[in-house]
Amino acid sequence: MIRVWLPAHLRTLARVTSEIQVEVKGLVTQRSVIDAIEAQYPMLQGTIRDHVTQQRRPFVRFFACEQDLSHESPDAPLPEAVASGAEPFLIIGAIAGG
Amino acid sequence: MSKVRVLVGTRKGAFILTSDGKREKWDISGPHFPGWEMYHLKGSPADPNRLYASQSSGWFGQLVQRSNDGGQTWEPVDNKFAYEGTPGTHQWYDGTPHPWEFKRVWHFEPSLTDPDTVYAGIEDAAIFRTTDGGKSWQELPGLRCHSTGNRWQPGAGGLCLHSILLHPTDPGRMYIAISAAGAFRTDDGGQNWRPINKGLRSNYIPDPTAEIGHCVHHIAMNASRPEVLFMQKHWDVMRSDNGGESWTDVSGNLPGEHVSYPEKTGPPREFDLKGFGFVIDVNAHEPDTVYVVPIKSDSQHFPPDGKLRVFRSRTGGNEWEPLSKGLPQANCYVNVLRDAMSVDSLDKCGIYFGTTGGQVYASADAGDTWAPIVHDLPGVLSVEAQTLP
Repeated sequence: MIRVWLPAHLRTLARVTSEIQVEVKGLVTQRSVIDAIEAQYPMLQGTIRDHVTQQRRPFVRFFACEQDLSHESPDAPLPEAVASGAEPFLIIGAIAGG
Repeated sequence: MSKVRVLVGTRKGAFILTSDGKREKWDISGPHFPGWEMYHLKGSPADPNRLYASQSSGWFGQLVQRSNDGGQTWEPVDNKFAYEGTPGTHQWYDGTPHPWEFKRVWHFEPSLTDPDTVYAGIEDAAIFRTTDGGKSWQELPGLRCHSTGNRWQPGAGGLCLHSILLHPTDPGRMYIAISAAGAFRTDDGGQNWRPINKGLRSNYIPDPTAEIGHCVHHIAMNASRPEVLFMQKHWDVMRSDNGGESWTDVSGNLPGEHVSYPEKTGPPREFDLKGFGFVIDVNAHEPDTVYVVPIKSDSQHFPPDGKLRVFRSRTGGNEWEPLSKGLPQANCYVNVLRDAMSVDSLDKCGIYFGTTGGQVYASADAGDTWAPIVHDLPGVLSVEAQTLP
């Protein structure tokens, strides 16, 4: 299982209070993890990435293993520690607004 | 005894204000969806406990919430607003082509007869509809694909479709307004649209007969007389007696300002402009009684002289009286945004409006006197009143 940490607003929307876990079959990438999140929590569709373009929302960032993965290809494999469940995949609302 | 429920959208959540028919004591619930921009909430006339809410943020985009119990509980419904076909471009502020991009829902207008049918006005300007209670949204592309669509330009707040009026007896007819394209009408349920902007004069548009490009801030009507429309335009208040076929200026004695516009040659053009503002609404029982909140000019979005006053016309325009009892008359520099005024249908008609300073004011006597329901909400984006049995 892939461990995922959602920002507070999305936890509220998904009606969860802590880290979630999703199952990914095949290669563990940003795309496959978000596909799994959206399948398990349909109310999050469109909040992490745009419905139409599938691009990451500009003020959403992806981190794992102390690395900023936001600009990595959505189809690049995530670190092994994420794929194995040792480390969470962090979805962060960017600090913005002054 | 009848009750009133006022749905308030703010920059940091939604609030629901309820009172009995006296409208003296209010219960306040909220914030619902704390921290989110709530552009608009509106209830279904066919089922007043069915509410729709536009929830958005710069981080996580657009959500749509639906309640089946008057706002006690909510469930997210479909939030995908995909333009039909290849969207193409409209004009950007500098006149260059700019791709249509969905940004947010500004306004929901539920059907008068079916709680599962709702129209949504969005930015970049288009109209969408659901017929399944929000499970899916489809564009009515005839509007955006109008032959003028590629020349629409955004106003300062964006290219937003902010007003939707449904004809009470003719299901084919709707009126909408877009900043800064103007007003449009359909007579076939939204398949085909045409601009209804004859008579609008905008000093920044060189062509006095321009069919689009007008910065319409809001439109309103009384359901008993749906051919008569009132419009708060950028600088003036307008009236149409023929379903938008033509408009006349009814700004009359509203406060205004002297403005100069430069000419290429010769002296600048001079104008005495009256009636800048955003909101406009019509009394539920008196179709010639209209309310506006004049704001000092397009460069100073606050009330003239620091006095918050609603202006009422009982003659369908031209003759306006300031209403100030109970409203701050010194050091008040708030604004009242375009969807932040509403009326109930009790007798006497109740009027409600919210300010960018977070106050929601109510009048239970058609505007003669006012009192704040609540003082310190986040900036108010929208106010909708429901009259309940």
